[in-house]
Amino acid sequence: MAKVLILFTHPALEKSRVNKPLLQHAKMVDNVTIHDLYEHYPDFNIDIQHEQQLLLQNDIILWHHPLYWYNSPALLKQWIDLVLEHGWAYGSQGKALVGKKITNVITSGGAADAYSKEGHNNYTIEEFLAPFIQTAKLCNMQYLEPFKVQGTHKLTQPDIEEHAIRYKNFLTQLTTN
Amino acid sequence: MAADSFFTQALVYLSAAVVSVPIAKKLGLGSVLGYLIAGIIIGPAALGWVGEEGKDILHFAEFGVVMMLFIIGLELEPALLWRMRKSILGLGGMQVVATAILITSIAIFLNLNWQASVAIGLILALSSTAIVLQTLNEKGLMNTVSGQNSFAVLLFQDIAVIPILALMPLLITDVSNKASDGQIAFIDQFPSYLQTIIVLGAVASIIVAGKYIIRPVFRIIAGTKLRELFTAAALLLVIGITVLMSLVGLSPALGTFLAGVVLANSEYRHELISDIDPFKGLLLGLFFISVGASIDFNLILANPTSILLLVAGLMLLKGIILFVLGRFFKMGLDQNLLFSFSLAQMGEFAFVLFSFTSQNNIIEPALTSKLIAVVAVSMALTPLLMLINEKLILPRIGTKEKDERETDTILEKNPVIIAGFGKYGNIVGRLLMANGVGTTVLDYNSDRVEILRKLGLKVYYGDPTRHDLLHAAGADDAKIIIVALESDEQSIELVETIKKHFPHLKIMVRAGDRFDAYEHIESGVNHVYRETLDSSLRMGTDALKLLGFRAYQAQRAAHKFFKYDEKALKELATIKHDKKLYLDTAKNRIAELEELIKADLADTQSTNDLGWDTESLRKQF
Repeated sequence: MAKVLILFTHPALEKSRVNKPLLQHAKMVDNVTIHDLYEHYPDFNIDIQHEQQLLLQNDIILWHHPLYWYNSPALLKQWIDLVLEHGWAYGSQGKALVGKKITNVITSGGAADAYSKEGHNNYTIEEFLAPFIQTAKLCNMQYLEPFKVQGTHKLTQPDIEEHAIRYKNFLTQLTTN
Repeated sequence: MAADSFFTQALVYLSAAVVSVPIAKKLGLGSVLGYLIAGIIIGPAALGWVGEEGKDILHFAEFGVVMMLFIIGLELEPALLWRMRKSILGLGGMQVVATAILITSIAIFLNLNWQASVAIGLILALSSTAIVLQTLNEKGLMNTVSGQNSFAVLLFQDIAVIPILALMPLLITDVSNKASDGQIAFIDQFPSYLQTIIVLGAVASIIVAGKYIIRPVFRIIAGTKLRELFTAAALLLVIGITVLMSLVGLSPALGTFLAGVVLANSEYRHELISDIDPFKGLLLGLFFISVGASIDFNLILANPTSILLLVAGLMLLKGIILFVLGRFFKMGLDQNLLFSFSLAQMGEFAFVLFSFTSQNNIIEPALTSKLIAVVAVSMALTPLLMLINEKLILPRIGTKEKDERETDTILEKNPVIIAGFGKYGNIVGRLLMANGVGTTVLDYNSDRVEILRKLGLKVYYGDPTRHDLLHAAGADDAKIIIVALESDEQSIELVETIKKHFPHLKIMVRAGDRFDAYEHIESGVNHVYRETLDSSLRMGTDALKLLGFRAYQAQRAAHKFFKYDEKALKELATIKHDKKLYLDTAKNRIAELEELIKADLADTQSTNDLGWDTESLRKQF
């Protein structure tokens, strides 16, 4: 049984249609810890030790966030800057995260076909996620295939429900593998 | 008609209070002096609206003192009382004994017989609990060393009244003339060993009842959810103890004080305080008015020099004894002066005791009425003397004290000076010190300075509003001065001094409320901090969170509120003198703010934080 940590980062969950159901379904899965960063650190004052402890206690880390301007919300960047310390997460002495798995769980307004060389966003999602992928690599973590919910602007309630179930299955699979 | 005269009297007393107390307060004289002046005005001396019945009212109003002691007991935890035992017994005991002996000796020297001398000595040794505690409370001085010590002495005096009352009958020379007196309680029919047992039993019953009976009873009464019933029960408790204490010949004030202490740790403490407090306030006010009205100006005018000399001599004598004792108990000069000035008067117990000694011919009636006038005048003078001490003497003494203490030659050159290290300044100071910022602290409370120094903090004693002290504190080289004085008047004074003598300093000021903030903004201070604003907003934020708001949303709402309120504050400060414009603008600001908040929190249609809002995008698709 692998333990999964969801680092949920959304500055305005109260306005989100998609992420609320996603979270609700995630809660149903055993061995999944949801850590709501904006709820814990509304002042951006991240408790580094606590965060590092959480990372050590889990095997798979998920950066769960909406894609804002082809990137994560500000607090997740702050989290990466502060928590993944040199000598702890990377560097010759930094072995804390070696072998753990990590990936992004993203919701994006634009549809999947917009994220391609031919689409109006010009790059693929994976290309936009390059900083995350490289961060994982530098920390000797294994970067998994990201979980994507795309085209959220056009999603209907049943569509959203479907994605939420897909997320639940994704998590169940991660914990049981 | 009785009712008619009752209402007429009430009309006179209440209007006297309502008119004179606010005026006295406005003039900075304090409420006690206001009530006393009101009494003098409606009394026989001036308008003559109150005549002989004033004395009965005085007796009735003394019940206010009983209630005050009950509240003081409630506010005092048993542990604190236990810690005060040295000051109560030592300081209080020595004050009563020394003063009584000295006054008795002087009376004997003036050819009074020894019985009368002892009676006068004992009676005049006592001070006025009502006036002293009310004045100290109003000035917020109860928790200072002098306040605590004054209280300790008064408490001892309250206890001392019991043996003094017991002693009085022994001083009667002409036994045939012994008047039957209501004061002598039913307890006197018992032999003395039984009396002792009854007295101890009464005290024990208050403690036991307070611990085991009163609380469950209050629980039941509170369960009825009838507010007035709880008030009635609280009054019943106080009156019940008063009756019990009078029966066994103890001071009711002492009994209720004890009950208060026993209940101090109970869950009904604050409820009891808030229920009894208005009664206490009214009765005490009535008491002070009666004291004012009872001053016999005809008698004073008949022989002004002897009365005034007696007042001056007695108060000086008592004051000196207090001052010497204060020194002995290691009080700082400023605290000691306050202590001595507070307790130098004679007290209300004198009225009761003198009526007893007069009825029983221990002291001749002519002298008695003279002494009663002396007592009343000394009581009326007390708030005035304390005011003189506070405004005229203490500011000067501050200088002397400074010279006596070598520590106050300040050598450091720190970038920050903090004036006032009370509850506000100490937090600012600790943050700065914890981050290695050199900070010089000035404080005008010698006891606090003493304690903080013992903790190893570099705190200096002195009046920060004096520019020479600021100079000594390194104001010439400092960058910032933080004004965190507890009094806003002093803050304004300090700011003026800084601007005049040290214009290069950046001034940061704590403001008590919005209106103090206006004054500081108006005087050109850029950094004004309202004392309670941040913590109120923090509480509001947490309340939103407890209601289920997202932490980040709640925090941003509070930030927005904060920014808007600060902006409105600056704007309103510029027009606060134009009352009409001020009110209009204030109303508009409030309305605007309301709208802002509504818009912010109402729904996902919010006009704010559009960056996180997908609504408009979704519409485009």
